[in-house]
Amino acid sequence: MNRYRADLHIHTVLSPCGDLEMSPAIIVEKAREKALDIIGITDHNTTRHCKLINKLAEHAGIFVLMGTEVTTREEVHCLTFFENDDQLSEFQTYLEKHLPPIPNNTENFGYQVVVNEDEQIIDEIEFLLLSALDQSIDQVEKKVHSLGGIFIPAHIDRPSYSIISQLGFIPTDLLIDGIEISANCKIQSVIPFLGKQAGISIIRNSDAHYAENIGKAVSTFEMELRTFNEVKMALQGKLGRKVIIE
Amino acid sequence: MQVKDIITILDLKVFGGSQGLDREITGGYASDLLSDVMGHAEEGKIWITLQTHKNVIAIASLKELAAVILVKGAEPEADMLAQAEEEGIPVLGTGDQAFETTGKLFNLLSR
Repeated sequence: MNRYRADLHIHTVLSPCGDLEMSPAIIVEKAREKALDIIGITDHNTTRHCKLINKLAEHAGIFVLMGTEVTTREEVHCLTFFENDDQLSEFQTYLEKHLPPIPNNTENFGYQVVVNEDEQIIDEIEFLLLSALDQSIDQVEKKVHSLGGIFIPAHIDRPSYSIISQLGFIPTDLLIDGIEISANCKIQSVIPFLGKQAGISIIRNSDAHYAENIGKAVSTFEMELRTFNEVKMALQGKLGRKVIIE
Repeated sequence: MQVKDIITILDLKVFGGSQGLDREITGGYASDLLSDVMGHAEEGKIWITLQTHKNVIAIASLKELAAVILVKGAEPEADMLAQAEEEGIPVLGTGDQAFETTGKLFNLLSR
């Protein structure tokens, strides 16, 4: 088995709260500097920077999990990841269909820009990406899994926008592939909330909105290769694969 | 005052859990954060929220709340309703938003 250092929760300049410096090129550069083997690209309710980062990271020898940080109707943030461009595109269509048409106010929330490889702005997203989709957590989970994706409630220890703050506890029958805790969270503090989901894989990521925070928190994936399926297997603890956090 | 009394006065819709309509109401609690309700709502309170996830019923049952009022025309998800039926916790509905509903209830209960 090999060990891979992963930071699976990174925002880009496309997230309104993401720093303007968080271009695809800089993210890949920073990830290489921090010796990350795997990065997850998770802007709020959009996947539009994933493909470019995937392409740039390939040259740098970094494996990318392409996805998004969804806000469900209950205002629970969840990380989602997809294996290929087709599934990612289908999920992007789903996001656009279910994001309410509330215009972004750049003064309050920041810019939501799509850039190219040379850091030139090629598009600006009109509707606020921080809004909650008009879809429940169960509906989002079903959509993600119907596309073969990975579904992980984000930063469950946070007092806002987490599954525990919004829903009190993790629903016993919700199909999740793992849970995420924030950079400074003590694992023991979330154990009582896991209930019947005890034994689920716990990952820890940076939730970086600024370049200097990339890799500030990592999870170690112990698996054979860096593939989407191996990541899934590690999260499920299958065939000796596993996720280790400190 | 019992749950059934406020249904008539506030013209609420009954989605389910009608076995619990005789429950006594001791006050109200308005919140959409289920963790907050779990931590702070007291027994006998009627819960005003727009959340329609089935965890609402689990928490209402745990805290022995009198009933749940869904505001702004929100409708319970199917599994929330099924659990409300099972637990006998009334799930009520109104087209009003939380502010109006809370105000009306407050006046009613402070009489």
